[in-house]
Amino acid sequence: MQGNVASAEGALAAGCRFFGGYPITPSTEVAERMASRMPKAGGVFVQMEDEIASIAAVIGASWTGKKAMTATSGPGFSLMMENLGFAVMTETPLVVVNIQRGGPSTGQPTMSAQGDMLQCRYGSHGDIGIVALAPNSVQEMHDLTVKAFNLAERLRCPAFLMADEHIGHMRERIDLPDTVEVVDRTQLEPGTLPFAAGPGLVPGFPTFGKGHRVHVTGLTHDERGYPATTDPEVHAALVERLVRKVEGARREIADYVVTNPDAEVVFVCYGAPSRAVAQLVADKPDEGIGVLRLRLVWPFPEHALAEFSNATAFIVPEQNLGQIASEVERHTDLPVVPVPKLGGELHTPAELARVYEGVRR
Amino acid sequence: MRREVRLSGFGGQGIMLAAVILGRAAVMYDGKYAVQTQVYGPEARGGASMAAVVIDDAPILYPKVTSPDLYVIMSQEGFEKYGSGARPDAMLLLDRGLVHSRPACRYLEVPATDDARSVLKKVIVANIVMLGALVTATGVVSREAIEKAVLDQVPKGTEDLNLRALRQGYALGEGAIHEAA
Repeated sequence: MQGNVASAEGALAAGCRFFGGYPITPSTEVAERMASRMPKAGGVFVQMEDEIASIAAVIGASWTGKKAMTATSGPGFSLMMENLGFAVMTETPLVVVNIQRGGPSTGQPTMSAQGDMLQCRYGSHGDIGIVALAPNSVQEMHDLTVKAFNLAERLRCPAFLMADEHIGHMRERIDLPDTVEVVDRTQLEPGTLPFAAGPGLVPGFPTFGKGHRVHVTGLTHDERGYPATTDPEVHAALVERLVRKVEGARREIADYVVTNPDAEVVFVCYGAPSRAVAQLVADKPDEGIGVLRLRLVWPFPEHALAEFSNATAFIVPEQNLGQIASEVERHTDLPVVPVPKLGGELHTPAELARVYEGVRR
Repeated sequence: MRREVRLSGFGGQGIMLAAVILGRAAVMYDGKYAVQTQVYGPEARGGASMAAVVIDDAPILYPKVTSPDLYVIMSQEGFEKYGSGARPDAMLLLDRGLVHSRPACRYLEVPATDDARSVLKKVIVANIVMLGALVTATGVVSREAIEKAVLDQVPKGTEDLNLRALRQGYALGEGAIHEAA
């Protein structure tokens, strides 16, 4: 099965019943699969006129209580940025699958990249809280799409599946489970203010059509949902909560794989380059090369770096000019060696071996 | 054992489909692991097309081909881009009517497009002819597996044509393999 198709299947298994999107290489197969599967699953597929409308439709569908998603790539992702901020501000659960291609602009439509890793975290204006996952196999295209829905529903925020073209277009063996663990958003208790959060920082969801009287706005709003745009305390409390409900769950939702925790030289990787790292580790079993593979990139699991207590350096191979390498640098005093690769080809194990040898000396 | 197959030609020949069928045969019917990848441009037809399949008995870590041991080449451009740099112990299957150069490693000339046109009367099944030749010449997957995978993937109503194409390929795969010059 192809990675993009596996993502669509994972979404359906997680309960997604609305897909609004606009086709774009290399993500189109997600939409194609949804178009054929959604009617039979009792859901709705809509091809919108562009990506701005697509994400708006997804937000609207989510407010009717449906699990909703879209799929896109760089240019479409850029168009979605404004409304993604609206989704953060209105605490709308949704999933965006981004099959990353070479940018900036229309760049390399058919080639792989990981250039949107910082955009998904910081691309919409204001301080935002989001979740981003990075699959490295067709199996994980399925499994992490399920997880993206569960985190979006639980935290009431956008969750991104930040895949790359290699993984999205790859076909490989997959085992589709009969059932998956599914998390549903907590509904608003009658008599509770719609944007009043308890200690979990996530308010109950006042689904449209269920009798709630609720105002949903991108403006700074109080716990009733009404605009309160000039009250500094209301704004600070709201935005701090929107960020803290996600960042505060950092340890709890962290999802990473540690290999050889006693290692001195440690690769930090995610997505397709982690397959090259895995090959290198298997080719040099006596070296005990350390690997921290991130399945969840945002919120960044900075504590995971400390799992390598003997570490002397971190090597970060990415299909960009060092976006997550810079994040690693923020959290360690040790040398961080980016291994950027642009152009669409995947790092080879031999290339990584040369970097490793150089760092180890 | 890890085997890396690279298939190249031009858009519209069914290079991708041939790769998908090969990977499917390995995974679904031979019980192996496989990863299929491709490089393609924005053109719908006519541009250079390359697909790759890695087949292994064990789970596949690195998904891309780095140094293929098997090639299926269905255009001169595909040969120049990929086949001419093949490693000395690689094996190439060349579509005889479309590839004019000959490599420095082992190769088999397969008149896939010629036979698809003259014998099968449908040039579109040349890719399936090549798959048949590949299976016979290399044993990379079993005949049973490739037949089932072809039937899974081709449009309804074309099963018989595609099976005949595959068997034409089996016969062509028995041909003499040219040793390295």
